[in-house]
Amino acid sequence: MNFAVLQFPGSNCDQDCIHVLKNVLGHNAYLLWHKETSIHNADAIIVPGGFSYGDYLRTGAIARYSNVMQAVAEFARQGGLVLGICNGFQILCEAGLLPGALIKNRSLRFRCEFVWLKTSNNQTPFTCVAPKQDIMRIPIAHGEGCYFASKEELAQMRDNNQILWQYCDSKGDITPESNPNGSLLNIAGICNKEKNVAGLMPHPERASEEILSSTDGKTLFKSMIQWFEKQSR
Amino acid sequence: MNNDPAITPELVAKHGITPEEYQNILKILDREPSYTELGIFSVMWSEHCSYKNTKPLLKKFPTRSPKILVGAGEENAGIIDIGDNLAIAFKMESHNHPSAVEPFQGAATGVGGIIRDIFTMGARPICGMNSLRFGSLDSSEVRRLFRGVVGGIAHYGNCFGIPTIAGEVCFDPSYEGNPLVNAFCLGVLRHEQIARGAAKGIGNPVFYVGPATGRDGLAGAAFASQDLTEESAEQQRGAVQVGDPFMEKLVMEACLELLAMENAVVGIQDMGAAGLTCSTCETAARAGTGIEIELDKVPQRAKGMTPYEIMLSESQERMLIIVNKGHEAEVQQIFDKWDLPWANIGVVTDSGHMVVKHHGEIVADIPAAKIANDSPIYHRKSQRPVYLEKVQAFSVSELPDTVTPENDLKLLLSTPSLASKNWVYRQYDHMVRDGSVICPGSDAAVIRIKEDSLPPLSKGAKESVPAGIEKFIAMSVDGNGTYVYLDPYEGSKIAVAEAARNLACSGARPLGSTDNLNFGNPHNPELFYQLEESVRGLAEGCSIFEAPITGGNVSLYNQNPHGAIDPTPTIAMVGIIEKKEHITTQWFKNSGDIILLMGLPVDTKDPNLGLGGSSYLQVKHKCKNGNPPRCDLQHEKKIQMALLDFIRAGWIKSAHDCSDGGLMCALAECCFSQDIALNTPKLKGAEIDLTSCEYDRVDALLFGETQGRIILTANKTDIQKLINKAAELSIPLNIIGKVSSSDLYSPTLSVKTKNAFFSWNVSELYSIWWNTVENIMEQK
Repeated sequence: MNFAVLQFPGSNCDQDCIHVLKNVLGHNAYLLWHKETSIHNADAIIVPGGFSYGDYLRTGAIARYSNVMQAVAEFARQGGLVLGICNGFQILCEAGLLPGALIKNRSLRFRCEFVWLKTSNNQTPFTCVAPKQDIMRIPIAHGEGCYFASKEELAQMRDNNQILWQYCDSKGDITPESNPNGSLLNIAGICNKEKNVAGLMPHPERASEEILSSTDGKTLFKSMIQWFEKQSR
Repeated sequence: MNNDPAITPELVAKHGITPEEYQNILKILDREPSYTELGIFSVMWSEHCSYKNTKPLLKKFPTRSPKILVGAGEENAGIIDIGDNLAIAFKMESHNHPSAVEPFQGAATGVGGIIRDIFTMGARPICGMNSLRFGSLDSSEVRRLFRGVVGGIAHYGNCFGIPTIAGEVCFDPSYEGNPLVNAFCLGVLRHEQIARGAAKGIGNPVFYVGPATGRDGLAGAAFASQDLTEESAEQQRGAVQVGDPFMEKLVMEACLELLAMENAVVGIQDMGAAGLTCSTCETAARAGTGIEIELDKVPQRAKGMTPYEIMLSESQERMLIIVNKGHEAEVQQIFDKWDLPWANIGVVTDSGHMVVKHHGEIVADIPAAKIANDSPIYHRKSQRPVYLEKVQAFSVSELPDTVTPENDLKLLLSTPSLASKNWVYRQYDHMVRDGSVICPGSDAAVIRIKEDSLPPLSKGAKESVPAGIEKFIAMSVDGNGTYVYLDPYEGSKIAVAEAARNLACSGARPLGSTDNLNFGNPHNPELFYQLEESVRGLAEGCSIFEAPITGGNVSLYNQNPHGAIDPTPTIAMVGIIEKKEHITTQWFKNSGDIILLMGLPVDTKDPNLGLGGSSYLQVKHKCKNGNPPRCDLQHEKKIQMALLDFIRAGWIKSAHDCSDGGLMCALAECCFSQDIALNTPKLKGAEIDLTSCEYDRVDALLFGETQGRIILTANKTDIQKLINKAAELSIPLNIIGKVSSSDLYSPTLSVKTKNAFFSWNVSELYSIWWNTVENIMEQK
């Protein structure tokens, strides 16, 4: 499978995604520069974490206007798989490919630590390998990861099963204490109505190797791979 | 055009130049300096750039080993061979004065500066650490500084995209108003990628890359080289630069791509302290050439900047690049790819002079080698401080032994210096780049080097490093200002020994060190004595542990209105772990594991039994007196080597050094420091039996800080082998207990001594330790 990992000025986690996709999972992955107007032969796109364009205006606000994002939007419209991680999630929301917005953590501080995640819908291209009852241990690292959406949007997302991952405690219960940033409904990640575009604040690429103390993050990439291979069969 | 002020003795003095130094300037130039030249001399001959007060001392440091590829003082950072054609570059630098004035930007630009030093060497920065000191957190002003500094480090490191993987923070009233901010960065490169800061090749163009030059950071280097007073802090706010980590990330990626191009770059240097001035004359001096620049071509942010301002500006994220003539187009192409502002501002000459032109006129013309290398050198007077007599006269026998060890441990764990620093490191992205194998919270941090840690290769170049390479580098930064205050020599040895011990506990053998000397005014003989004795201790330590100094930084004039700070040398030591399997952490692993203590429980030859200058004494008895614990470097080394042998043999499940807070704080940390996830610590209990330890004082046994001690755990089946091997090496190693059977909800830490039994609820201890700093900072 061919993954394109977008590279904006200020992307930080681009190499980490490439590392996991190539060296850990054995698939093809290449960097796609923000000035490119085509996604080439990508089967799926990862919008990685970092501080695109410095994130000085508002996270993701400038990146959405880049050349490459126009190509990504077109790819998504045609049903291609797009996963945004951290800053990538923020960019996808800014670009209107995902509903809602990410605002400053309620603590007003950057937070970097492992959290527990519950997969709330394991019927999507991003979660199909994840067993529904199991919780995952994946780190977060963000200052603006508090998910926000209007009541109507949230209701719609619930009805369409668009909430994919929620922060939970070590027993899998979704509690206020286990919410690291104040996200509504403990939302850590969501997908669009069509289920081909998803975004999450935690970093699965940092939890894909035993030596980094968790391999739970691999299930996201594995899901995408399995889904894609099933489709192309 | 010339509105420059006349050169008067007052103006000279205002630039921190002594009358003798001024005479020297007259001799070098054979005429009176221009205003711009005076400014140039003042920054280049400041302590920050010239080490004029410390050069003779720094010569005492061991700086050579067969593994050192670039040594101390040669370039922006030292470089050490780590095998397989790989090398690491690392260095630590202070940003104390700027952080006192504007904590957020002061600390942020400190991080930016040290990162630039590393990629200037051609290395890709892969992680950072820091060592911080503040006054007491009881003060709202100190909390403001602490919050600002941590925020600034987080801002810069997180956005730049390297993990801030380790550090230390201590609080002591002596740092009130003069916090210490020492930032460390480490990078990786292939041997053939080492870049040099030399302006070679007559006729080669001199490129400027990075944001435009503004009036920010005017003469910061000179500012850092004078006493910090309330007045100077207020006046000098303009001397603090503003950092842009995003810009630095782009500059770094562009520079590494540039360096990968065959023959395009002959020299590269960052514009750090003393900006354009320092980078131009140092590169020319190193190459034995001259350099001529035209200030009209320098990108400028403000209108009407004078030559003086342009030359002395410390605007951030700027680099000076000497391009191989004929390769200008390729260089421009890379700058354009990254959308970076750049300019061709000058040329390398054979004159040996640094010539600066502005509007067609020569505004400075100075022999480059003379200003870079012929800075004054002072052998300052040194005199044993009077206070030492008084503080060292103290004997612990003046104080009663403790009868409340249970409360004492809780008290210690709720002391900000000893409590968990999670409020700090959770604000740092400590995991980006997928290399953080041991994150903050164990003795040393461990980072993995892999293929994508390396700088890019030129197109078509053959890879010189084996495919699928993996290396594990451990690092720790340490320094105990109280010990050094009480005994500068002994305390400084301890700083080195502890850094090495932390590495050993993670399974690493030392490769080298970088030091940051944070001291007071060198003109005060008593303060200079501290510096001199401290350097002697550090040098001895670094020799014994075979961890030569590859570079570092001196920060003097650390004073506040009440006097000098505690003398605080900090040592960042870097080591290598040979195999993945050797990586060791400090927390207890499995119930039933046997707990052993390596080293003597109490140093009975120390009249204070390890309590002098201890945290226990300071916290419980409000007493900062006594000789600090003795540091026997040979013994330390023997213990650490033995530990590494044990680890390599596969017998060790956890290893933790005993330092601040003594045996009990170390044991408590072993029980609760493994952090699984948010609100999910992994707690263990322990049953400790010290009945065979025949000491009169319980406080010395439980909280004394006798050096050379390590807590180990091992599987029952490996104990005999361990004991035998230790006996063979004649190393004290005793079983002191076991990790207790898991009662998940309330593990207990208990200690049996000759006459008593004490126990603690581990959850309660954990909660005190984990929440103390956050509760203070968030006013909970």
